[in-house]
Amino acid sequence: MAPVTVRVQRDDFDLAAEVRALSAGRHDIGAVVTFSGLCRDEAGTLGVLELEHYPGMAEAEITRICHQAVARFDLQAATAVHRFGKIAPGENIVLVITASPHRQAAFDGANFIMDFLKTAAPFWKKEHGADGSEGGWVSAKDEDDSARDRWSKD
Amino acid sequence: MTSINLVYFAWVRERIGRGEETLELPDSVVTAGDLLAHLKTLGDEYEAALEHENVIRVAINQEHVEHDEKIAGAREIALFPPMTGG
Repeated sequence: MAPVTVRVQRDDFDLAAEVRALSAGRHDIGAVVTFSGLCRDEAGTLGVLELEHYPGMAEAEITRICHQAVARFDLQAATAVHRFGKIAPGENIVLVITASPHRQAAFDGANFIMDFLKTAAPFWKKEHGADGSEGGWVSAKDEDDSARDRWSKD
Repeated sequence: MTSINLVYFAWVRERIGRGEETLELPDSVVTAGDLLAHLKTLGDEYEAALEHENVIRVAINQEHVEHDEKIAGAREIALFPPMTGG
């Protein structure tokens, strides 16, 4: 069984340390793909993003998604870390790492995990304005559903 | 009557005004969809939270289910809006 590591945490993560932990002591991995999702503020109006989650289910759902990706793409390892709480623009939100003998499976696996994580992992973003105003809940995007649904074609 | 733990998240939680509660459900509530319809009869705050029933997501014992899923045996039922993580 390929190791799957999933954590949901308030604190930031260290991408390099997570990659080291995933590949330590192994000589069979040929490709490691990492994806980081950051809190962005293109308009310059965002104070912080507040991420609410469903404790227990958030970990369980991301773990289910990672195991599906491992089975589908024959991954050698998968790690997913998702933060919750208040996150400022420029800070990390989510990290996905996948490992496989060759690059394509690792790329596809990371893509698959992110597409399902965005639409099925129980997290909700609320914006707080830089001026102290409450901006409200971020709406789910149709594009995210489409991105997920492409994996069920073929 | 069955007693069930309900948990709410994001704007569903805000509109209902609490994050969790335990409710007695009449035997006529069989599916997750029945539960949503029943909750909407309990007050304006539920009506506001569950107004667009088709967008409300339901999880039973921390797993996603469709609205036609039977709730018998559920320890915890969660109601929440479409997810926006990642």
